[in-house]
Parts: sequence; structure tokens; C-alpha cells
Amino acid sequence: MEVKPRKDADRVVTRKTPPYSPQTSKDTQEKEGMLPERAEEAKLKAKYPSLGQKPGGSDFLMKRLQKGQKYFDSGDYNMAKAKMKNKQLPSAGPDKNLVTGDHIPTPQDLPQRKSSLVTSKLAGGQVE
Amino acid sequence: MAGAGGGGCPAGGNDLQWCFSQVKGAVDEDVAEADVISTVEFSHSGDLLATGDKGGRVVIFQREQENKSRPHSRGEYNVYSTFQSHEPEFDYLKSLEIEEKINKIRWLPQQGAARFLLSTNDKTIKLWKISERDKRAEGYNLKDEDGRLRDPLRITALRVPILKPMDLMVEASPRRVFANAHTYHINSISVNSDHETYLSADDLRINLWHLEITDRSFNIVDIKPANMEELTEVITAAEFHPHQCNVLVYSSSKGTIRLCDMRSSALCDRHSKFFEEPEDPSSRSFFSEIISSVSDVKFSHSGRYMMTRDYLSVKVWDLNMESRPVETHQVHEYLRSKLCSLYENDCIFDKFECCWNGSDSAIMTGSYNNFFRMFDRTTWRDVTLEASRENSKPRASLKPRRVCAGGKRKKDEVSVDSLDFSKKILHTAWHPVENIIAVAATNNLYIFQDKAN
Repeated sequence: MEVKPRKDADRVVTRKTPPYSPQTSKDTQEKEGMLPERAEEAKLKAKYPSLGQKPGGSDFLMKRLQKGQKYFDSGDYNMAKAKMKNKQLPSAGPDKNLVTGDHIPTPQDLPQRKSSLVTSKLAGGQVE
Repeated sequence: MAGAGGGGCPAGGNDLQWCFSQVKGAVDEDVAEADVISTVEFSHSGDLLATGDKGGRVVIFQREQENKSRPHSRGEYNVYSTFQSHEPEFDYLKSLEIEEKINKIRWLPQQGAARFLLSTNDKTIKLWKISERDKRAEGYNLKDEDGRLRDPLRITALRVPILKPMDLMVEASPRRVFANAHTYHINSISVNSDHETYLSADDLRINLWHLEITDRSFNIVDIKPANMEELTEVITAAEFHPHQCNVLVYSSSKGTIRLCDMRSSALCDRHSKFFEEPEDPSSRSFFSEIISSVSDVKFSHSGRYMMTRDYLSVKVWDLNMESRPVETHQVHEYLRSKLCSLYENDCIFDKFECCWNGSDSAIMTGSYNNFFRMFDRTTWRDVTLEASRENSKPRASLKPRRVCAGGKRKKDEVSVDSLDFSKKILHTAWHPVENIIAVAATNNLYIFQDKAN
């Protein structure tokens, strides 16, 4: 949805406020926006029925706080092995980066890290 | 109106004709992760432009002086210096990788010949000194020109070394390393107007540093709850006031902004002002809080206003009014009906930045499909432009772009469903005085200028 340019005549010239008060704009926006947003929410709930009731709450934030690739930890690995005794360790699912449940990253799971110590392409070549 | 170099016209965003000036970076389709630009920042005078990338590297461009023999290359930015600022690290205790990605670069105001900037990754801030060397001493007594030591017994006369010119060499050296002060990931740094201190903010805490002291930092804001189960919001951005050295603001994932005054108490957990736009509870949805999260907060140059960027809009707030913003500009409202898929592909968590022009009369922010938006606050006009190689002939004018939300698509319009969400413009910067903008499109840096320039 595009903001159409306003003609000068439409403007109420009071300092530097827009032609309509922000409060009204938000109400209008809310009314117009409500239907698409709610429809999107319904779509999401249909796909993932187990999605929690508190969307902005702890789950998102905890995930955000813990961002970063978890690597193999021999301590964790040996503890997990001891716990499992003779059972096999669960192997990595499709998302190897996500550490969930009893899965501990094993040496086989780790992606190979590429060395990034080369000169940036912004600094070489294509100066136009 | 700041003394703009581009002539006397009110330098708004849209009375101008924006033209392509330069593009930096590789053309390959296959973009290496390390080459993704993660921050862009002009220096205070605008003659230097710094970029940081996911590979931990900083590249600094310098604006060329006017050159009579090449009048059309006036004001071009060329590589001045490049260095590896941060390297990948490992937190041995938690077995977690510490990314070398440069989250933010902030320039210090220039005080001598050398230039200084702060660059930070998730955990460590570094102060870099960039200095020029264009002279070399020749005629040492104790060593010859290739550095070999001379036999002292053979020296029969003393001479005074002479300074001779040499090819310009730009050296970058790390002068300070500010480490081990953040448990969580640093999202912002901001240099204070006192030119002595700066703040660094992570998800839950804000620390105050002195530029000379690396082994100590003061915690000034701490929103970590005693029980992490009670965590409801995190800090998303923070900035010092441009003139009042005691004032800072920080934004949250719940769409609120708190202004703190360091004069009132050493620990600024209690805010002095609380900015929040009231929400109609009946319109609340699953997405409401996520899209209200503020991804960037920037003071105007005047210090009277601040601007916040949330997922769908930019808002301008008057610091004297906490109850609601004075302006709300829609960036890409057509995405409201796409929130479900944007949540599924994680795009809803993208953190867009925003910036003011030098005179605070216009604001700019990025969007998807390599589009970026400019809003003129005086004429209330807005424009959508695109950073693309297809429109990269020197001084080619940028054509306004239009997105069609639904219904019949007019010629030249782009339909919402054909937007490329992997082409996101998260980082943009506006020259502090002139109408020159730098736009980071993944691994490419575009520089656009006003035709009149």
C-alpha cells in the first residue's frame, strides 16, 4: 500500500505535523490492517496448531539470547555417552545446528569452517 | 538547514533526483557468507565511509578531492584502508562460537591527523587508529637503507636522518580492546558527545566505557530478571543523545523506548521517559509484538527528535512527548498480509536500520527486493528506489519503483508475490552534510548522489 503524495490544499499547516494526526492514522491503519493480520494469524495456527499462546514471550527471547553455533563439547559428549550406556547416540536431524533434547554435536556433525582471512571483495577489483 | 554542499534548495529526500554513482563488491551470483555487509557508517565529515562485514573485515573508502582533469569523478569514494577487525573466536566454557561479524562501526570525532573508529562484534569492541604515512626517514647512522645493522666500528661520521616523501601508506592499528564485559550479544555502540566515553548495549545490559580504559566498564542499565523465566523483553538498540552527554535512549523488543538520564542515578534501570504508542487491544494478533519490536533507534542531528524502525514502519518521536510518535511512515504495509510466510522464513525477524539526512528533513530505510524508501518530512512525499546492477550506468537517474499489493498490476509495478525476500537492504547511511547515500545490498555497496551535486 502506497502513501499517495498529498496536495498542498489538503495540508493543515500547523508546525511540522502531517495532514492527519498520527492517532487517527493508527486507528485507520488498525482497522484496515486488522483483517489481513488476523487472517495471517489463522493461517499460521492452522499450520502449527501447537504454537504457544504467548508468542512474544520467553521462547523467542531465549532463542535469541542463545544464538550462535554450538560446537562439539567433549564434556557434554562423554556425559551423554555415559547416560546412554549401550544405546546409540541419536544422530543429527536435518538441522545440524540446532541442539535439542539429548542430541550432542558429534565430530561428524560439524560443518567445516572456512577460513575468512582473505581481503574483502569491496577492497579489491571492481571500483566503478 | 545544515550548510549543504549541494546548493541552496531545501534538501529533502524527494525534490532531488537521485543518480547512481558507484557500486562496490563482486558481481557473482554466489555470495560468500563472509562478504555480506553488516554495517555502513560515514565519518562525521563524510569524507570517509566505513563498512563492516560478516567475515570480520572493515573496508574504509575515502572521497576523492575535486580533480580538474577528471571533473566527472568528483566526489568518488575509493578504497582507503582495509583490515581484519575481528576474528572468529570460541567460548570454551559454553562450546559456542563467537562470530566475527561486525555488528556496528562508529567513528570518533576527528581530533588530529589520525582517524579513530570503534568496531564491535557480539562480544568485543575495538578502537582502531587509522593513520597516514607519507614520509620516511633516510640516512640512519646505525643501520643502512635495507635495515641491516652497520658495524659500529666502521662509522666515522654522524649524519642527521632526512625525511623523504614516500607513497602514501594507510595503516590501521588496534589501540584498545574492550573485552569480557558482555554475557549477551552486543547490538549497539554509541560514542558520547563528551568524546571521552561510549556505551555498548547487549540484549539485557548497557555498559559505559571510557575510551582510555579497557579493564573496567560501568553497568548503567540491567534489565535481566532474577528469574529468566520471567523474561519478557530485550534491549534492541541504544544511543547517546548527540548533545547532552548525560542522556541516552534504548529500545526494546516490545516496541517501547526508554530515555535515561545519568545525572539522576548511577544505575539507570528506572527511566526518565518512556515512549510507547498506545495499541488498540482488539487489533492484537500473534504477530503484534514481533512486528512492533524496534530494530533501530536514531536521534535527529538536532537532538530534538528520535526515529525508531519497527518491522513495517518508521516513527519519528518528539522527545517532549512520550504518548505517541509525531510521525509514522509506512515502509511496506503490503507485507501485513504476508506475515504468515514471513514468520515461517524468519524474515519477520529482520532488523532494518534507518537514518536521517544532515538537515533532519528526510529519513531513509531499507526494504526487500533491494528496495529502499525515503521520506521527506517537509513535503510529506515518499519514494521507493532500487539498488540494482541493471541501473548502474554512471549518473543514471534512479526511477521510482512501485509495489502492487493486489488486484491489477500496472506496467512497471512489482507484485508483492514476486518480491525477492533474500535481497534485503538492512543497512543504509546518509552523508552528514551532502545528498550522498550509501546502501548495502547483501555483498554490494551502492553509492547514490543527488544530480545537482
